[in-house]
Amino acid sequence: MAKHRGKGMASINYPIGMNLGGDPSQALVHSNPDGKFTVALSSIDLGQGMKQVTRQICAETLGVPVADVYVDTADSDTGPHCMGSFASRGTHRVGNAVIAAAKEARGVMMEAAAEELEVNPEDLETDGEGNIHVRGAPQRSITVSDVAVAAQFRQGKTISGRGIFLIPLSEVDPETGEMTPVSCFAHACLVAEVEVDDETGEVDVVEMNSAYELGRALNPKMVEQQLVGGAWMGMSHALWETTEPYYPDRDHGPEDFNQYLMPGPGDVVPHNIAVLERPAPDGPFGGKGPGEMCANPVLPAVVNAVFNAIGVRIDDLPITPEKVLRGRRAQGGARPGPQH
Amino acid sequence: MSKTPVQFRVNGQDRAVFAEDAENLLECLRRGVGDMSPKYGCGQGTCGACTVLIDGEPHLSCLTLAQGCGGRSIETTGGLADGPNLHPLQAAFMEHFAAQCGFCTTGMLMAAKALLDKNPNPTRDDVVEAIAGNICRCTGYEPIINAILEAASRGSNSVVGGAV
Repeated sequence: MAKHRGKGMASINYPIGMNLGGDPSQALVHSNPDGKFTVALSSIDLGQGMKQVTRQICAETLGVPVADVYVDTADSDTGPHCMGSFASRGTHRVGNAVIAAAKEARGVMMEAAAEELEVNPEDLETDGEGNIHVRGAPQRSITVSDVAVAAQFRQGKTISGRGIFLIPLSEVDPETGEMTPVSCFAHACLVAEVEVDDETGEVDVVEMNSAYELGRALNPKMVEQQLVGGAWMGMSHALWETTEPYYPDRDHGPEDFNQYLMPGPGDVVPHNIAVLERPAPDGPFGGKGPGEMCANPVLPAVVNAVFNAIGVRIDDLPITPEKVLRGRRAQGGARPGPQH
Repeated sequence: MSKTPVQFRVNGQDRAVFAEDAENLLECLRRGVGDMSPKYGCGQGTCGACTVLIDGEPHLSCLTLAQGCGGRSIETTGGLADGPNLHPLQAAFMEHFAAQCGFCTTGMLMAAKALLDKNPNPTRDDVVEAIAGNICRCTGYEPIINAILEAASRGSNSVVGGAV
């Protein structure tokens, strides 16, 4: 027996969002009388950071501290409509909707502040720390909190805004079939190194190296978190996970976590990640989002690495020991020529 | 359906509850005590989300009969923080981004606490072994392992409440 090392690569051109009948998301922003802001969304945070990123986007657009913005995704029955948290669309679609809503709310906030300071709203600016002052004259200033109170109790204004971001349906050209399904692409390249045991058929990933281009990383730590976790999931899909039985009889299919195999903490491998930031022209502050792309390239990269190691081309996931051994038997244990 | 009175300590406080027939400790803690920190994941002892400490040992509360816990001392994640002060493990989990959806987190924290209470200076292999029964879908485990090692290096043995 012997263990064979191999390297495989995969590259991705990943579309953000989808376009099957249009791809809209809405956001509503309003201030409370204490000068704190609420963003209402129906875009659900599954742990990917939707709340954190939309909070940052709203605070940046309004010109107020992040701590003064609360994101409420409580109820998709009563909240503004969203297509959903899928297709890596959250940051891009929902983020753009939040910018639109926060811009409208900021307009009302600046008008209310202008009325209190008896100046023109165009002459005002925010300092990002909860104050609004006359440009070039910071002593002529009012807090956002005082503006909110004045708007609520004296001026009778609602500091609020509506936002929607819609990628409209792209019609298919009946002559050519041409359409524009997506507007924004993220990119990635991942190299997986594996070790294949030619006696047991087991494949171990020993290292991953990747580069991701995902627009501006609006929250770099959360981007890294997704890329680390997503690559693990990709490795899991490549080598372990299946709801199908390994053998034709359905009785051998997995029924619980004892049988539905996934890598555990002992199977974690070193993964070096480079994040390249090329802000997207139509993204919120240039953001596209990592999303599903963090898992996708691992699967083909591992398949290619197995081929590089032992010359067996697996075309059916996951790469189980049985498939590896059957592949080896089929090609008589031979390895392909020099690898390039 | 009959109910049986059971008394145990939960995070340092004496609690008396009526356990329903064949009720497991997880359900008893959530329904009877009102401590929602242990999570129901698989209900068959394969995911670790319901992990609590019983007399300092990690147990799967979904497979533990509540009636068998009379007189025992139970620790849950609900008792880790001291008011606004996070337990060193909780702080390290936060700083290392060791949670995404968060569903496995309370089980991970208790498995980690059981380890550090016994072995304040664990190796990476010790940490891996300690959380091997806990499934995480989001993080890829690496941030969790790093958080536990970080908490250990800061001296996480300063137990906050609940310990006997």
